Amino acid sequence: MFKSSTLKAAVAIIALSLSFFTKADAQSYLDVTQPMFEDYFTSSTTAPAKPDAKGFIRRWSLLEPIAKPELRSNNMFTDSWLRNEFAKEVFPGQMTVIPKDGDKVKLDKKTILKWHCVDSKLFNVKLYRFATGLGLHATEGLYQAVTVIEAPREMKVRLAVGSNSGSQWWLNGEDVLLLSNDRRMVVDDVVSKVITLKEGKNVLRGQIINGPGMSDFCVRFLDEKGNPVRNLKITNE
Amino acid sequence: MKSLKTYILAFVLMTLGLSAQAQLAGNIYIHDPSTIVKCDGKYYTFGTGSGGLISDDGYTWRTGAVRTGGGVAPDVIKIGDRYLVGYSSNYPGTRGYTKGDVITVWTKTLDPESPDFGYSEQELVAWAGADDDCWAIDQAFLLDPTTGRLWMSYGTYFGAIRIVELDPETGKRVEGNEPVDVAIDCEATALMYKDGWYYLLGTHGTCCDGTNSTYNIVCGRSKSPTGPYLDNVGRDMLEGGGRMVLSAGNRATGPGHFGLYVEDEGCEKMSFHWEADFDRSGRSTLGIRSLIWKNGWPVAAEPFKEGTFEIESERRGYALEIAVDFVRLAGGMRAFGVRDNEAVVSLEEQKLEDVIGGWPEGNIDVRANDYMFRPHQKWTITAVTDKGGYLGQPYYKITIAGTDRALAATADADLTSVPQYTGADEQLWRIEQLIDGTYRIMPKSIGGKANEHLCLVSTGDSSVGLGTYDFSSDNSKWNLRDR
Repeated sequence: MFKSSTLKAAVAIIALSLSFFTKADAQSYLDVTQPMFEDYFTSSTTAPAKPDAKGFIRRWSLLEPIAKPELRSNNMFTDSWLRNEFAKEVFPGQMTVIPKDGDKVKLDKKTILKWHCVDSKLFNVKLYRFATGLGLHATEGLYQAVTVIEAPREMKVRLAVGSNSGSQWWLNGEDVLLLSNDRRMVVDDVVSKVITLKEGKNVLRGQIINGPGMSDFCVRFLDEKGNPVRNLKITNE
Repeated sequence: MKSLKTYILAFVLMTLGLSAQAQLAGNIYIHDPSTIVKCDGKYYTFGTGSGGLISDDGYTWRTGAVRTGGGVAPDVIKIGDRYLVGYSSNYPGTRGYTKGDVITVWTKTLDPESPDFGYSEQELVAWAGADDDCWAIDQAFLLDPTTGRLWMSYGTYFGAIRIVELDPETGKRVEGNEPVDVAIDCEATALMYKDGWYYLLGTHGTCCDGTNSTYNIVCGRSKSPTGPYLDNVGRDMLEGGGRMVLSAGNRATGPGHFGLYVEDEGCEKMSFHWEADFDRSGRSTLGIRSLIWKNGWPVAAEPFKEGTFEIESERRGYALEIAVDFVRLAGGMRAFGVRDNEAVVSLEEQKLEDVIGGWPEGNIDVRANDYMFRPHQKWTITAVTDKGGYLGQPYYKITIAGTDRALAATADADLTSVPQYTGADEQLWRIEQLIDGTYRIMPKSIGGKANEHLCLVSTGDSSVGLGTYDFSSDNSKWNLRDR
C-alpha cells in the first residue's frame, strides 16, 4: 500500500480530509517506545569477527546520521545526483578515516556526531534502528559506514550489496559500486565487477542515503562461482 | 510515492465516474483492489476507502460496492455461504509512524441492495505497534485447499510481512497463534496454493508516485504456508527475494495488490491495480490479466492484442480455415541443387483477391488443415467493445482477414462461417489465455442462449466443432500465431 513515509504523511492528510480511516492518531515515531539499540546491535569487541554463515559482514563503524531534511522523498536518487551528493566532503577525512568507537565528528558549531563500532545482530544493518535506538532522527539522513576486511591472500571477488535506499561503496578508496534510485534492501541486488581484495587489510567504505522510511543495507563478497566468501577477518581498525 | 498532491488527486478522482476504454470499460478507478469475488452473479472488488467496484460481466465496471470500516487495502474471501472481509485500520500520523490493525468482518452478501447485506462486528485479528518492525496493514487471505485452514498475510515494506492463522468459522485469530515473518521489502501481499506449493505474492517497488511508480508484483513459493518462501534463484523473501510476475508496460506503470480469480480449471486470472494508466490520465485503475504458469511460476499474460492470426489447434497443429478449394500457387517444385548464375527472387504470397471469387457466397463450413498462410486460413480478431464481455476482456469478432466473413456458432451447437458479421451474439467470441499459454475460444451465445461451457474444439485432426471445455484435453486448446 505505502512505500514511503512521505506517503504516510500524505495518508494522514487524506485521512483527515476524506475520512478514509477509522482512527487518527497523529504522533511521531519518536514519541513512542522504540526497540532498544541492543535489540539490533552489540558493541564491537577487539577480537576480529568473521562473516556470518551466508558471508554477510556484520561488523561496521557507523556514524550517527547526517541530517538531510530536504529529502522529503527518494525520487531524486538518480545516478548523477547520488554521485554528486556522495562526492561532497561533509567533514574532513570523510573518505579516509578509520574511526574508533566514540570518535566524534564536528559538522558545525551545533552538530557533533559520534562513530559507533558495532556488530549487527541481523544480516542486514538496520540504519533506521541504529538511529532510533540512539534516540536520533532516523529518516532523511546520510549514513557513513566503514569496515576493515582482512584477507588471508589476494582474492578475486565481487562485492554484493543491497541497500535502502541509494548507496555508494569504495574498496581501498576505489569506487566499486553505486545503488541508485528509490531502492529496497535486497540480498545481492547489485554486484560489482570482479575486484581484488589484497592480502591483509582492506578498507570498505559506504555512504547510504535515505529520505522517508526504513533504511538498511547488507554486504557480502562473492567468489568467482557466486558463493559467499567467508574466510575473512573483520575489524574496526 | 512521494507526491502528496498526486496522491490526494488520485484519491479524489477515484471517486468520480469517468469514461474509459481499452482493456476494461466503465469506471475502473481504484487503488489497492481486493481480490475479485463473485456474489449473486456480480463481480466485486473493494479499494482503499469505503467503497468499491461492481461489474455484471467482469468487463464493464461501476462504483457502488459498499464496505464497512473505511481503512486501507481490503481483501475478501468467500467461505461457505458468507464473505469474510478484511481491512486495515491505519493510524496515520507524522513521518515514520507505522502502527496498524487488521480487522475482519462477515457479510452474507456483497450486494448492498440485498436485504441480507450487512457487516458483522469488527474483529481485531492482527496488529503491530510503532515499535515493531512490521506495519500491520494490507492483509490477504488464503483458505488452504488441502487442510481447510485459513491463513492471512499482512505487512508493508516497513519491516516484515507476517502470516497468522484465522478460524474460518469465526474469522477470529486462532487462539495462541503467533505471527510468522515470511518476507521483507514488499507490501500488498497475497497468498495462493497450486500443485503442492504455497505462493506468496508481494508488491515491490515504489507506490503512489503516479507515472513514476515502480511498483511490481513478485512471488516466492514454499511447501508450507508459513514459509520459507524462496524465489527462482533460491533467495528467501526474507532476504528481499522474489520472481517477477508483472511489472510496468503497455502504457501503464506500477502494478500492485495481486488477487487470484480462478475462472475454471486451467483458466486463471489475476486482478491488480495500475498506479498510473497512461490512457486514463495517469490515474490508478483496476487491471485484470490472464495468469499463466511457467515451470511452476505464475506470470501475468500479456494483454490480448487484436490482429490477424493463424488459429492453430493444440491437438495437431493444424490451422482453422474455411472449407474452400485449395488454390495452388503457380510454379511448382524447383530443381534441387545450387545454380550459381540464378538470381534470388522473393515470391508473392497468395492474395485474397486471387481466391475470394471462387468462394461460395453463403455460409461456409470451417475445418482444420495444414497451415499454408493462405487467405482462407488467416483470421482477424477484433474487439467488440459495445457488446459486454467477461472477466477482464470484451468479446471479439473473428473474421477472415480482409472480409466480413465471421466465425459463428450455429443454433445446433456447431460451427460455421457467415458471409457477413452482424453483431449477433453467436458471432461474438470469448478468448482467454489458459495457464499453459494456449487459448480457449468460446461463443457468447448458442441458439439464443448464453453459453457457459462450450468452446471451439478439435473433433478430429482436421475437424472442428463446439464441445465442452476440458483443460486436460488438447482438443479444447488453440494457439494464436502471427506468421
